[in-house]
Amino acid sequence: MTMPALRAALAAALSVPLALAAPAASVAWAADDDPAKVGPVKIGMVTTLSTKAGYLGADVRDGFRLAIKQGGGALGGVPVNLLVEDDDRDPGKGREIAERFVTRDDVKIMTGIIFSNVALAVIPKVVKDGVIYVSPNAGPSQLAGKGCHPYHFNVAWQNDNLHEAMGQYATDAGFERMVILAPNYPAGKDALAGFKRFYTGGTVVSEVYTTLGQSDYAAEIAGIRNAEPDAVFFFLPGGMGINFMKQVHQAGLGESVQLIGSGFSADHKLLNAVGAAADGMLNSAQWSPDLDTPVNAAFVAAYRAEYDAVPTIYSQQGYDAALAIGAALEATGGDLSDLDAFAAALKQADFASPRGDFRFGTNNFPVQDIYLRKAVMDPDGTLRNEVQGVIFEDHVDAYAAACAMK
Amino acid sequence: MLLFIEQVLNGLQLGVMLFLMASGLTLVFGIMGLINLAHGSLYMIGAYVAATVTAFTGSFLLGLLAAVPAAALVGAVIERGVMRHLYDRDHLDQVLATFGLILFFNELMVILWGRQPLFMAIPEALSGTVELLPGVPYPVYRLVIIAVGLLVALGLWGLIARTRLGMRIRAGASDRETADALGVNIALLYTGVFALGAALAALAGAMAGPLLAVEAGMGESILILTFVVVVIGGIGSVRGALAGALLVGLVDTLGRAFLPQVLRLVTDDATADGAGASLAAMAIYILMAAVLVWRPKGLFPAHG
Repeated sequence: MTMPALRAALAAALSVPLALAAPAASVAWAADDDPAKVGPVKIGMVTTLSTKAGYLGADVRDGFRLAIKQGGGALGGVPVNLLVEDDDRDPGKGREIAERFVTRDDVKIMTGIIFSNVALAVIPKVVKDGVIYVSPNAGPSQLAGKGCHPYHFNVAWQNDNLHEAMGQYATDAGFERMVILAPNYPAGKDALAGFKRFYTGGTVVSEVYTTLGQSDYAAEIAGIRNAEPDAVFFFLPGGMGINFMKQVHQAGLGESVQLIGSGFSADHKLLNAVGAAADGMLNSAQWSPDLDTPVNAAFVAAYRAEYDAVPTIYSQQGYDAALAIGAALEATGGDLSDLDAFAAALKQADFASPRGDFRFGTNNFPVQDIYLRKAVMDPDGTLRNEVQGVIFEDHVDAYAAACAMK
Repeated sequence: MLLFIEQVLNGLQLGVMLFLMASGLTLVFGIMGLINLAHGSLYMIGAYVAATVTAFTGSFLLGLLAAVPAAALVGAVIERGVMRHLYDRDHLDQVLATFGLILFFNELMVILWGRQPLFMAIPEALSGTVELLPGVPYPVYRLVIIAVGLLVALGLWGLIARTRLGMRIRAGASDRETADALGVNIALLYTGVFALGAALAALAGAMAGPLLAVEAGMGESILILTFVVVVIGGIGSVRGALAGALLVGLVDTLGRAFLPQVLRLVTDDATADGAGASLAAMAIYILMAAVLVWRPKGLFPAHG
């Protein structure tokens, strides 16, 4: 929901610095002695910047832009021009933008989509049309299994991975009675299925489905108290999760029941909107701002310096999408005439990710560690995630076997 | 049994919240004949102002006291600037214009406050739980919401039934032209009623702040329920809004709480959980349809 006129005005305002920067970049490139390749490589980013979930897309974009800035306007030494458009979380609009990128701008590399419903409308179409797509977020099962494609890569996770990790954690932690809860829609059902796939340590005493967009959880919380579980696993993206955590705390359940969930319910922006009620929440993610590696420390410091904000997992995913593309551009010298060669170079994943070890599996989805994180409160009252340990090492998604690629 | 009592309280609390929203909407709808989709935006403005002032001053009460007049003022400005031009128009025009206002206010909140949801704490004195009955701890804050809502209901009844202003509101509702001819300043009355509705919506929003995510678009999720309440209660009737709100609150809460369990008696658990959730989501609409079949003008129709 946006005001198109206002958006157009904003877009116009934003495009001024881009327009100013573009000639400078092409001048630099023209100095190169190869006249056949004039102009930077265009990368089309279809992402969600409006709606309530708009900060996800904004963080992906900011992470991606940071990598370009660090390369001096280039990725892997090849000058790039990032085109960003807002899909409004609308599959039809996403498809429209993608088609415009292909026909008008002759884009060969795309990225950016946040939501799986948009991804399913766009990705199968563009990879068929000869575009390399690097997903910084959405990883629906349909594209990981039978629908895998040599031109489609995902640098984030397959949608189920973080939920699976919490299922494994609940087993490891010896939780014998679980209540699990998600909205009644496909991603909610997938989340609970992912959790149950690795939860073998006890019984799910109650599986609760809420209405999408529900704001009051008093009825469900009373039911949780009555079921007396050891822990509650929930998948309630965005504002729904904030509402739920606040209300659980106010019902006095915070002490007796451990809340666990995926990193989607627990980036520090959400945690700080929940406040003290989120203290101690356990969650899973492929990365955390406090991961103690030199690459990660440099990334977090650069991101803070650039945007005066702590990066979220979405920032890291956007950053890694840019690094992955950069590595392939470097290996191919920016030559996009042979996309098969470019895809082969991309698959090497020859870049240093802030998350640590990373490679693509046979289906071009990540093979990576999943960490356990805990929300902790700093003395000044702000909440942040702290890594507790590794739940999965080199985790491969459940659909890779169904992919025909080798 | 204890669980049932707790769920009834939860239903009452949701109902009271809906009443605060529905009373304003039904007055505007009934008296001015105006469909105002932007009522949820006033709720959102109430929550944002309350969260900001509370964060700044540390006092929930000040937040509440700032939010209510702020939203009333915005309401008055909207009435003078936009709604005034819509009274003689088709309902469809009103829907279009007020839908535009929703988009406008959602973007405005994002521009002013950013996309990140705001944090709003529960006042210290109202946090925690009390044991109403042994074994049923209940959050104090939710009890306070129930109390405030019932007080507002009483106050509104007094205002409309017992005061001169209320008499004018009733007169304006039953016959606009005659009331105007008898010297009632209809233009001022309409602005006042709209501002009152905005103030009640802001009160609901401000009180919901500590329970919910304060974010752009938060008004839409409650708006739909509010319209269901108004239709069930009878358009223009505050009494109907109260009855409708409590009914919707109870049916929605009890449906979510117990339908899956009831279905487990007749089918396997997984099917029951899924179907129960779907049925619970539909319950209030089924209720609305049933009421409309029985009483096409709602439970307490204001006119005839």
